[in-house]
Amino acid sequence: MKDKLIVANKKFSSRLIVGTGKYKSMNECAKAIKLSGADIVTVAVRRVNISDKNKPLLMDYIDPKKITYLPNTAGCFTSEDALRTLRLAREIGGWKLVKLEVLGDKKNLFPDMIETLKSTEVLSKEGFKVMVYCNDDPLMAKRLENSGASAIMPLAAPIGSGLGILNKTNIMIIRNQTKLPLIIDAGLGQASDATIAMELGCDGVLVNTAIAKAKKPFEMAQAFKNAVIAGRQSYLSGRIDKILMGSPSSPSKGII
Amino acid sequence: MKKLKKIKIKINGKIKTIIDKLTLYELINDLKIPIAKVAIELNKEIINKKEIKKIKLENNDVIEIVHFIGGG
Repeated sequence: MKDKLIVANKKFSSRLIVGTGKYKSMNECAKAIKLSGADIVTVAVRRVNISDKNKPLLMDYIDPKKITYLPNTAGCFTSEDALRTLRLAREIGGWKLVKLEVLGDKKNLFPDMIETLKSTEVLSKEGFKVMVYCNDDPLMAKRLENSGASAIMPLAAPIGSGLGILNKTNIMIIRNQTKLPLIIDAGLGQASDATIAMELGCDGVLVNTAIAKAKKPFEMAQAFKNAVIAGRQSYLSGRIDKILMGSPSSPSKGII
Repeated sequence: MKKLKKIKIKINGKIKTIIDKLTLYELINDLKIPIAKVAIELNKEIINKKEIKKIKLENNDVIEIVHFIGGG
């Protein structure tokens, strides 16, 4: 398929990005990712467990040469922490494509957009390609774009909530104003939510909890894969106009 | 035989006693940490992994060693 997701001049075949958190085991995580067909996975940066050396390593299960690791600043509440995390991530193995996420509230996990904006500016100047988790505010999205963001990643709903896209209008407004990759991040609950995101014209979706915590993660991974493909095809096919009255599907001429 | 001097460092939040003049490389090797898969911070400064053989640890050094784990 020629229709590729392009972020920071890199091409990806799948428009589904998946997270690697919340799985029961590394094996389950690796299998779900394979079934999802994702080319990009988000990963977190945390301390190495120095007392338990036998703890399995993510890189032993998901090969960073085959799948693009997208280091994420999940859990950071200040610009300082986010910058520190991504600079360390870059040092692990030269990762420049990163996902910035600066949270502002421990309960609703909404992004702190002031800190996010500040961090985007600094990271862009340091040569990072920053995919930015943000709220669904078109004005803020514009500011991020002007600060050098490589992708705009508005939430559908609070992280892990499974509520689906709560403000389609805002997503459509952001779509119309930007040529940057627009990727729905956070809050999706089921495969059809991903289809809706793609039909709104988004370039991709990022899903973690909806797959990892589904009763059958492997089947849900496949469902999301298919849903993203369906939504993208539907968007590119050009939907019909909405009308109030009925319009018969069979010709009225020749009725007996 | 002269007794080796010991120093205290903090690594990933835990205090550890090591022998004086140990290099960062030796410490990481002793801990069996795969260097290629981690990033290292010494006293809040990111260390170029190519330089770790030259860095001698000092008393009260604070080291953070991080890697990638599953996340959203």
